[in-house]
Amino acid sequence: MEYFVQQLIIGITLGSIYGLIAIGYTMVYGIIGMINFAHGDVFMVGGFIALIAFLALLAIGVTSIPIALFLVLLIAMALTALYGWTVERFAYRPLRHSYRLAPLISAIGMSIILQNYVQIAQGARVKPLPPIVTGSHTLMSSDGFDVELSNIQIIVVLTTVALMVSFSWLVAKTRLGRDMRACEQDLKMASLLGVNIDRTISLTFVIGAALASVAGIMYLLYYGVIDFYIGFVAGVKAFTAAVLGGIGSLPGAMLGGLLIGLIETFWSAYFSIEYKDVAAFSILIVVLIFLPTGILGRPEVEKV
Amino acid sequence: MSNEAARSSRTLPLLPALKDATLSALVACGLFFFMIGLRTEQGSTGALEITTRFETFAMLVALVFAGSFLRTLVFGRGPIPLGRAIPPSLARQVASASRFAAPALLIFALLVPVLFYQNRYLLDLGILVLTYVMLGWGLNIVVGLAGLLDLGYVAFYAVGAYSYALLATHFHLSFWICLPLAGILAAFWGVLLGFPVLRLRGDYLAIVTLAFGEIIRLVLLNWQSFTGGPNGISSIPRPSFFGLPFADAEGSFSWTFGLEYSPTHRVVFLFYLILALALLTNWVTIRLRRLPIGRAWEAMREDEIACRSLGINTTTTKLTAFAIGAMFGGFAGSFFATRQGFISPESFTFGESALVLAIVVLGGMGSQLGVAVAALVMLGGFELFREFQLYRMLVFGFAMVLIMIWRPRGLVSTREPSLYLGERKT
Repeated sequence: MEYFVQQLIIGITLGSIYGLIAIGYTMVYGIIGMINFAHGDVFMVGGFIALIAFLALLAIGVTSIPIALFLVLLIAMALTALYGWTVERFAYRPLRHSYRLAPLISAIGMSIILQNYVQIAQGARVKPLPPIVTGSHTLMSSDGFDVELSNIQIIVVLTTVALMVSFSWLVAKTRLGRDMRACEQDLKMASLLGVNIDRTISLTFVIGAALASVAGIMYLLYYGVIDFYIGFVAGVKAFTAAVLGGIGSLPGAMLGGLLIGLIETFWSAYFSIEYKDVAAFSILIVVLIFLPTGILGRPEVEKV
Repeated sequence: MSNEAARSSRTLPLLPALKDATLSALVACGLFFFMIGLRTEQGSTGALEITTRFETFAMLVALVFAGSFLRTLVFGRGPIPLGRAIPPSLARQVASASRFAAPALLIFALLVPVLFYQNRYLLDLGILVLTYVMLGWGLNIVVGLAGLLDLGYVAFYAVGAYSYALLATHFHLSFWICLPLAGILAAFWGVLLGFPVLRLRGDYLAIVTLAFGEIIRLVLLNWQSFTGGPNGISSIPRPSFFGLPFADAEGSFSWTFGLEYSPTHRVVFLFYLILALALLTNWVTIRLRRLPIGRAWEAMREDEIACRSLGINTTTTKLTAFAIGAMFGGFAGSFFATRQGFISPESFTFGESALVLAIVVLGGMGSQLGVAVAALVMLGGFELFREFQLYRMLVFGFAMVLIMIWRPRGLVSTREPSLYLGERKT
């Protein structure tokens, strides 16, 4: 029982990180119907910017951890959003009216660019960061096995919930959210009705990248290591989460993220840790066969 | 009004160019300051330390400024008209010249072992290029003809390689028996992958094939008792000349033909072997394009819904594309295993799939000649710029994006239908 609860906590933490990345996939897919293959790498870039910014802040004498973390959050979100904007502007916008495989191939190219850019700029070695947020609370204890809830896990989950709430509000209540939903329904019609679709799509990428950068920070704080390759696997898993929850649906992305996080954690805990990625990838295939619209997705109508 | 427009088009748009360049430079500042301007290194204590590289940073920003300035100055703000810049007469000349390019390349390929017999390095490079030509042609069936974006092609390459390696080391079967078996096994896996993805749209399909490729690699990596795990399989039997081994011994190839033994014999044999396999792939593809199934592939690539409404069975059409593409991947994998004598999951990463895909995409989807040229240029380029190894993947990512922007159908695109109604249009 204690073991189970401990795994549950780990799974929810991991799932929150996946969920934050998955939102970026699901939003972009909802609006322009393409898989932003580079999104996983944008997440990785976010983690790297956070790492460098944190070290830089320490170097210039910001020693208070909460202030440093807050500044890192702002810097990483802003700069990763800029990366998201640049990626869209450079690699996707010129292809908006191209044939269907072109944006996807361009996205793969972009993913390769980002990975190798970070590798060249920061080196291929794994970057370790000593634990910044320490401390934990013991929830349950029996037979020498303690269920620990660490502060960092609390931070990850609370941040995710806060971001989800504010983001849902943004989509439901603001002008931008309305534009985004209009673009999702019908891009051409939205533009005829005066929605600036270029701006809306750009902002979608910006928001998605900002959320991914938060996921990057969480990943960095939680695992304490980062390298240029983390975006690939995390990206595929987050995409799986988006598909599982129903692509195009925001609560679906969060739900899918949680499910993937839990499945992966429990699989590692009870079956085999070597095959945890295989489990996650198999879910993607199984979901697409039996439940192509996902849990909360709407069926896609094929239009000629 | 028209006068004014004409005048403003004659004067250089200095002001907008300056504005664009400043904006681009600002964006570049944001992008590069932390990533390039600062670098994290592990110091002597093991903790990360920060070093600064502001010169590189300033240079990059200046470069972006200059590039953006010139771009707006020369091309204006619209897209760069690269495709339209080539006059049609020149395009026609290039087209007619490319008709001789294929036979010329073939003759050159046939003569390579004769010309460079002494140059082991070039022969090995030739074998490598031909392996990728073959993989490119195999993937071209799936991506170029059928229009199914497959990001896990390397899985079939791996299946072929491991099939041969396991069959040859455990059952001591010869290469010539294993080759078709490996092809069949890979085709079987192709169908297996094909089934779940049949109903998926293009981009879903890409991700599923990617996941599939990763699953295969992870299983190969973790199934220690069967595949040897990360240590791979070593001492895979080398190929023999139809039963005659390449060795300095009685009953060997050189002994039978009364030649002096030389290790180059094997390399030359391998070269012609992969050339033959690649040409087989090419020939089968060209023949298939003329068959109803090939025509169905191309029709499906252009419009799947129209295809279905005209009574084409898209299920079998997709499955055959997957199976045949996978089969050639399996052949290439067997060849890879016998050439290397050692295989491990390291050789079958996503990077490999991306490389083959890039060859197909850059060469021109559906164009056999384009794929061959792209493989030659890319792998040749990799060898030439060996010292810039770090940068080559970066360049190659940029090439993928830029090609998609300027010539989305690839450098040599053959989208022309293989069947015409009435007169053939130029």
